[in-house]
Amino acid sequence: MQPTFSSSRILLPVRPWFIFLSLFVALVLNFLPTGQWPGMPDWVALVLCFWSVREFRRVGMGWAFLLGIVMDVADGAVLGQHSLAYVLLAYVASSLSRRILWFPLLQQALQIMPLLVLTQVIQAAIRLVSGAEFPGWGYFVGPLIATVLWIPATFVLLLPQFQPVERDDNRPI
Amino acid sequence: MAGIDHAPPPFFKQGPAPLALLTFYVAVSIALFVVDLRFKSLDLVRQSVALVVDPVQRVAQTPGSLVDIAQAYLEGLHSLRAENAQLKHAQLNSAPDLQRLQQLEAENDRLRRLLTVKEREKAKGQVAQILYTSRDPFSRRIVVDKGQQHAVTAGQPAIDETGVVGQVTRVFPFSAEVTLITDKDQAVPVQVVRTGLRSVAFGLGNGQLEMKFMPANADVQPGDLLVTSGLDGIYLPGFPVAKVVNVERDSAYSFARIYCTPVAGVENFGEVMILDPRQALPPQPPEAVSRSAGGEAEKGSLRPKKKKAAKGH
Repeated sequence: MQPTFSSSRILLPVRPWFIFLSLFVALVLNFLPTGQWPGMPDWVALVLCFWSVREFRRVGMGWAFLLGIVMDVADGAVLGQHSLAYVLLAYVASSLSRRILWFPLLQQALQIMPLLVLTQVIQAAIRLVSGAEFPGWGYFVGPLIATVLWIPATFVLLLPQFQPVERDDNRPI
Repeated sequence: MAGIDHAPPPFFKQGPAPLALLTFYVAVSIALFVVDLRFKSLDLVRQSVALVVDPVQRVAQTPGSLVDIAQAYLEGLHSLRAENAQLKHAQLNSAPDLQRLQQLEAENDRLRRLLTVKEREKAKGQVAQILYTSRDPFSRRIVVDKGQQHAVTAGQPAIDETGVVGQVTRVFPFSAEVTLITDKDQAVPVQVVRTGLRSVAFGLGNGQLEMKFMPANADVQPGDLLVTSGLDGIYLPGFPVAKVVNVERDSAYSFARIYCTPVAGVENFGEVMILDPRQALPPQPPEAVSRSAGGEAEKGSLRPKKKKAAKGH
């Protein structure tokens, strides 16, 4: 697989343990006290979205559901709030993945933004329906920052798959 | 017979269709949501997941607490001395009251016994460290480090050194979740100290409380202190809850809008005390019987008076 479909660079296959590790690190990042700050991105949603776009055969809705339950318990939110949003995110991301990967990174980020905003809006909607207080507009800034982070996240998460460029003048391609 | 295998070759196996999976997971999520919200019967699921998640969460909180420790270390001798002097001063200020408290309590006990009034319940509890604030932006909760292992149960009130902080709403094996009194779903039965007026203070979700359903002419002024009335059987009476900051009386509405700020440092924390559950209140008298009986008794007592008054004339 390539970084984007229009790229001529071939990547190494992804290692499953790296996917687990990255999702776990995203969970820990979410648990950090910085999660209280306004505009902090939902790291789990970002990493989950990344792997759903790139490796939808390995990371699918089952993972999204489990991570959602873990986030629900950790947040003290209503069970099902994160899991519903993450499952929808994983589904939409994997069904759009063949299109998204044709674009360069900046345009990929633009395509990702509505998905991440939607995750947040779904959560806010089902909580507001059940009678919670409005958390303020700062709650919806997080996905926008996560969108910007899509570019560095792609580089970091693809890092183990890059292989050194081999220059061989005798090779036809 | 084991010649032809009718199953498709394994390289076409991709599991159920994505749309089917999506429907399944969405249905399960919504079912969980409804069951958790309406029936609150998923505590066991929550506790078992929390058992795995809780250690990770505590580890993730350590950088923050390390920063706190470093800050406290670097704060220096001078500021600590100043604080110490201030605390000593405060203690001296409250010394006259404190020193006579024991004697007053003993006297109160004696008088209550003389009046054959039920003895006042003593407040006991355990100190709990606040681990972190709950990440959920839709509610106001904190997580403390005492749980089922320390016999904490849901419903116990939590106080700090100045007043009521909140109430334990969920209990995990090693931690418990305290919903603050400023949460939108939290209500505390209160009493105005100045007038003895009883009401209920509801959290507003923005760090304030509101006394709802008070008549527009209710005798409440800005600056009034609200304490727990103890009528709910959960909070012991007499703990400070909030101070009235603003009273809006609009003749268009039948109720006054009374805004209060919490007395306790509800949104900035160190330690809280989780009070033991109260002794069960005596059972309520059967309503219908007592009402009719009371009515008859009143009538009975009123009639002779009227007759006497008539005779007097």
